[in-house]
Amino acid sequence: MTEGGELKLLGMWASPFVTRAKLALQIKGLSYEYVEEDLGSKSELLLSSNPVHKAVPVLIHDGKPVCESSVVVQYIDEAFAGAGPSLLPADPYERAVARFWAAYLEDKLVTPWRQVLRVKTDEERAEVMRQTIAAADVLEGGLKESSGGMGPFFGGESVGYVDVLLGGMISWVKATEVFSGAKIIDAAKTPLLAAWMERFCELDAARAVLQDVGALVEYARALQARFAAAAPNN
Amino acid sequence: MEKTPENASQAAPLKLFGSWASSYTHRVQLALRLKGLEFEYAEEDLGSKSNELLRHNPVYKKVPVLVHGGRALPESVIILQYLDDAWPETRPLLPADAFDRALARFWCHFADDKLGPAVGAVFASMGEDQEAAVRQVHENLALIEAELRDGAFKGRRFFGGDEVGLLDVVLGCGSYWLAVFEEVTGVRLVDADAFPLFHAWLRDFEALDEVRETIPAVDRLLEYARGVRHMLLGLAGAGAAAASAAAAAPAEAPAAPAPAPAADIAVDI
Repeated sequence: MTEGGELKLLGMWASPFVTRAKLALQIKGLSYEYVEEDLGSKSELLLSSNPVHKAVPVLIHDGKPVCESSVVVQYIDEAFAGAGPSLLPADPYERAVARFWAAYLEDKLVTPWRQVLRVKTDEERAEVMRQTIAAADVLEGGLKESSGGMGPFFGGESVGYVDVLLGGMISWVKATEVFSGAKIIDAAKTPLLAAWMERFCELDAARAVLQDVGALVEYARALQARFAAAAPNN
Repeated sequence: MEKTPENASQAAPLKLFGSWASSYTHRVQLALRLKGLEFEYAEEDLGSKSNELLRHNPVYKKVPVLVHGGRALPESVIILQYLDDAWPETRPLLPADAFDRALARFWCHFADDKLGPAVGAVFASMGEDQEAAVRQVHENLALIEAELRDGAFKGRRFFGGDEVGLLDVVLGCGSYWLAVFEEVTGVRLVDADAFPLFHAWLRDFEALDEVRETIPAVDRLLEYARGVRHMLLGLAGAGAAAASAAAAAPAEAPAAPAPAPAADIAVDI
């Protein structure tokens, strides 16, 4: 069998984590079957493929499931090393730097951002937005360090691991900015990230994969209403 | 031996900034020993961090940080992967197969995002809150036990196979706290009957020479843990809880330097 094998991606259209997987697959030029999951009524395949988290994305390669977006992206890079560009650099130290910023993105930016729709009060929302924006400021420094002045991407002249992980969030960054009224990637405060976002959106892979921002805003408003209606100690 | 750039960088000195009770530090110490790498160790006072540490880890200001040839690497799991990348020919920590690597990474995240915080929550709480935290730990251990029994790690002595690998180091350097916390809180966390495979794995892991060299003596860990729990319960402001904790475990101040701020310890597993 070729390096190919059968690829199936379990996902949900709005999920930025699924978008990361799609971007990686697109960049590597890999074809795959996409399965849209109804997260309110998860398929047997999803539940048996990811019993620990019962979450998307799940990448199933020749019947074997890989879970968690950052793990999926690294897997795609390693299992299909011959296909398309490498997402992680070859140099050990540069790889560590990429992993560092990937972890930072997850712990400091994505984690508070995920609370934006969930929190009940304006004060709480302002606080998680503040944390998200503060993380963007630090990430600006990370972009400067990673690209080594070669820019515009974390991977330098070409898209790399951190670019894919942050790239998956782009439509949500824009949607969040619309319904919160606050800028997360502000050209005045984080010019490198703002330029990064523009260049990333021009990529073929981005055009093919990134969600429509208006659709996400609508989706977000509905989600927020659902969270607000739920029991207080949810 | 020909001095290729890779060889030259392998020869560059290694210096590890750590804390003696930090399981994240132990991960790196163990990995360095497994790979047979010489390193200088600098103990950090977490209550009063050195300028050198702050310079090497400005984003998180935490241990461990490994400095190799002047370049700083923070975050234990990142450091472990770096060691494999920089010394690929020596005792790999990650498996060769891409799918197995994905599994190892997935479960490392689980250890740090789910199991670790759950165990920390048991340690930092009392009463009903603690009972809920214990249930969480048991749920997490059950998932790992299932993988050992019927899943991806079936039939293996260690998560890495016949020899310890990345996941063993990550789970193992932290799991020794389970027995310590059980002793200090009086709560049963790892029942050999409920989690026989996990229990057997932990016993085999702790018997390894490199592990015995790395993990501090249990009485030091106990003393340290008692001090931290007393402080955590005191911080929680529950007077009655603190009094009963003091009665249950004599609140002698540890002879070692004062425990680091709770935030650095509470999820340090």
